[in-house]
Amino acid sequence: MKNNIKYIAVLALGLFACEPEFDNPIEESGTYSNGSADFSTFVAVGNSLTAGYMDGTVFKSGQQNSFPNIMAQQFAYAGGGAFTQPSFDDDVNDAGGFLLGGNPLPGFGTRLVLDASQGRPENLNVASTVELSNLQATAYNNMGVPGAKIFHLGFPGYGNIAGLPNANPYFIRHATTPDATVIGDAVSLNPTFFTLWIGNNDILGFATSGGVGVDQTGNPNVLSYGGADITDPGVFAFTYQALVDALTANGAKGVVATLPDVTSIPYFTTVPYNPVPLDAGTAAFVNNAYATYNGGLQFAAGNGLITAAEAAQRTITFAAGQNPVVIVDEDLTNLTGFGIPSYRMTTIDDLLILPSSGFIGTQADPNDPTSVNGVGIPLADNWVLTSTEVQMVRTARTAYNNAIVSIAAANDLAVADMATKLEELVSGLRTTDGQVYTNNYFDGSSNSISTVVFSLDGVHPNSRGYAIVADEFIRVVNEKYGSDVPAVTAGYYPGVTVVPSN
Amino acid sequence: MKKLLLVLTIAFSASVVYAGGYRVGVQGHKQLAMGHTGVAVVTSAESAFFNPAGLVFLDGKLNVSLGAAAVLSNTSYQNREFGYTAEADNPVGTPFYAYGAYKINDWLSAGIAVYTPYGSRVEWPTDWEGSHLVNNIELSAIFVQPTISIKISDKLSVGGGPIYVSGAVNFNRNLSRSLTDENGARSNVTIDASGINAWGYSVGAMFRPTEDINIGVNYRSRIDMDVERGDGTADFENLPAALAPGFADGDFTASLPLPAELTFGIAFTPADKWLVAIDYTRTFWDAYEALDVQFFNSAGLSRNPRAYKNSSIYKIGAQYEATQKVTVRAGFYFDESPIRDGFFAPETPRPDSVNFTAGFTYELNSRWAIDASVLYVHSNEIDNSYDYFTEAGQRLSFGGAYKSNAIVAGIGVSYKL
Repeated sequence: MKNNIKYIAVLALGLFACEPEFDNPIEESGTYSNGSADFSTFVAVGNSLTAGYMDGTVFKSGQQNSFPNIMAQQFAYAGGGAFTQPSFDDDVNDAGGFLLGGNPLPGFGTRLVLDASQGRPENLNVASTVELSNLQATAYNNMGVPGAKIFHLGFPGYGNIAGLPNANPYFIRHATTPDATVIGDAVSLNPTFFTLWIGNNDILGFATSGGVGVDQTGNPNVLSYGGADITDPGVFAFTYQALVDALTANGAKGVVATLPDVTSIPYFTTVPYNPVPLDAGTAAFVNNAYATYNGGLQFAAGNGLITAAEAAQRTITFAAGQNPVVIVDEDLTNLTGFGIPSYRMTTIDDLLILPSSGFIGTQADPNDPTSVNGVGIPLADNWVLTSTEVQMVRTARTAYNNAIVSIAAANDLAVADMATKLEELVSGLRTTDGQVYTNNYFDGSSNSISTVVFSLDGVHPNSRGYAIVADEFIRVVNEKYGSDVPAVTAGYYPGVTVVPSN
Repeated sequence: MKKLLLVLTIAFSASVVYAGGYRVGVQGHKQLAMGHTGVAVVTSAESAFFNPAGLVFLDGKLNVSLGAAAVLSNTSYQNREFGYTAEADNPVGTPFYAYGAYKINDWLSAGIAVYTPYGSRVEWPTDWEGSHLVNNIELSAIFVQPTISIKISDKLSVGGGPIYVSGAVNFNRNLSRSLTDENGARSNVTIDASGINAWGYSVGAMFRPTEDINIGVNYRSRIDMDVERGDGTADFENLPAALAPGFADGDFTASLPLPAELTFGIAFTPADKWLVAIDYTRTFWDAYEALDVQFFNSAGLSRNPRAYKNSSIYKIGAQYEATQKVTVRAGFYFDESPIRDGFFAPETPRPDSVNFTAGFTYELNSRWAIDASVLYVHSNEIDNSYDYFTEAGQRLSFGGAYKSNAIVAGIGVSYKL
């Protein structure tokens, strides 16, 4: 009798206490694994892409979605430890930008938002609250320093506030000492695992400025470089090896990333080479204005100063429909001594940079309808990355990527081929949930709100884009180290910020 | 007493029941305890639901059964590829029933049935990974069914009546996978409507070839719960200011079918004091093609294909008059899920289930009795997905492993005059 009661009680309890339990609950330890890697101290070294820079700055909520921070959240399933990032607690407006002594630091404005009333990106119209002189003097797991070129990572004084404007405001904020180096602070954390994605700025500075800088290939003296120059591939390879040596000195494993081509970045692909619509009458009128120039080209060709092919390349002809713009191209044969300027029309191989969309079609002189920029007034060199300049960037990038891949192989590191990954965006990158992402700039549509992966600066991914990046890093880490770290769904991450007015 | 406990033990270890989709099979403690069989059973006023034709065969002038139950259900979700876990801690559901049957004369009985055969309460953690499909949902419907039962001969009866339904829905989900307001709060919509009315009917027949065998059939019609303009509200929250003007609060239209059910069954007396019942129910879930919600702002038409398939429930139950005062019951049913692969949406996470039931009736006196039953719903872990969420023109898949169970316990009274 007593036994029976007990039996009933046990059965009844068993029924009520039965929470649905999976056969293999993933919350139990042992589900995921770190393989031959050790994620306990993960340090990410790089530039703006590592820092979580987007919409033209680093801001509090955006930084949360830096690719290494997303990775660290997934690493936590497989033995990953805490992951710290430079503090943006003082970014109370979630706007980024910098103040210096309470005044806005020129060139470091607030984040870009899309102003719906104007249909264009603008700096968020609030004051930055991020004071540059509040030094944190802390080495963080995220050692991504926006703006850093490869040689800056080992450059003492790069974080010295006294070194402004040549020092880097982002590194100034957290350099452990005025003479600290980025790589030195990174290594001071004794990383067990690292990401290294560096070198983008060594070509991007040149590219985003429309190629106004100098290709420094063959010149190892980085102190002589300007901000928009292309870094010497020899310097790149040498420095890369030194960075990898430093990071692996304690036996850390890691993953390095290749550098994407400029043609996979909307900053260079959004404005078409032929953005000017003209009717036949206007085209004829404009052609008339270039008749003298075109005649001069024939004169030059007839006298053997240029080839017939160059004369044809330089001839300005507008027609009804979409037209290329007229640009100044310093790589053309210099005929200025004959009063013939270096003009030509853009071709499909030229890349007009994103800001040119707000410049082409405006009038240099509001009272002179013939002074339309890009039509009556040729665009200066800084608005366009010409096909020749594109080639210079590609040549350097190929050399950098060769160095990255071979140094990774020699040091048995994983390689995240971000060049290829971002290239997939050109034709459409399909994630496992079924969504397709492209490298298109935000176009204002509701579809674009859900799928845009580049931020409004046109160069950097947004949070959603960084999730794609993090997912790819994790994939190659799992492949290389036999680890089992869960993947990332980009679709849950935010895209663009649209405000009704600004 | 010793005998009774032994029987109860067997009952617990033997049996459970519930039902696929948003059907809640708790329409009488006597019958639920017998695996929710009952189309061929004549025991109590519960027949008003299970088969109106049976009412006329009841003993006594007046039969009344009242009862309620608590539904405790849980669903766990996990996705190994991405490391997601979520647990739906669903609020307690409270289905109830009230049946009455009055014998007007030897060949005619009249009755009324009030019951709640459909409902769903699913509450996922707000903003969980499937929040673009559902954060929480509450469906309820009260059926009121005036009934008559006519004896055609001692062996054959028919019965039926119109059904008036009053339903309510409250459903919240996020507008997309990523949209937030300026503070990062997810944009979402709640649709709410109550007092939605609709009509249907139930008809049945019962055949008693011998004293020991009953055969029954019952058909309950499909009822469409249509939310018309002005019936309900659509409340949009946390839209970014740039989009808010397009997503003004307003009303909506939607239609949710409560599918038709056809049940055949047999009940027989294998030995003195024993009754065994076997039912087969076919539920015409193919009525549930989509849960489309039309908004009258920028949200437009929300298309949510469901494409349910017709499904079957196989039920068996038994009762044993253990003592003069105590009747014990146990049952089992297998409930087929109406959900096709690729249509497994987390707002009705109901895979195939095996269901064990048990219960008893305790006769307080010749008129009053207490009925009690419990139901345990067990489902195997299922790997499935919902592949029909559309984002930016692409069909997206949301899936993983689901595991659910539910326990239902209830008590009621019956009165016989």
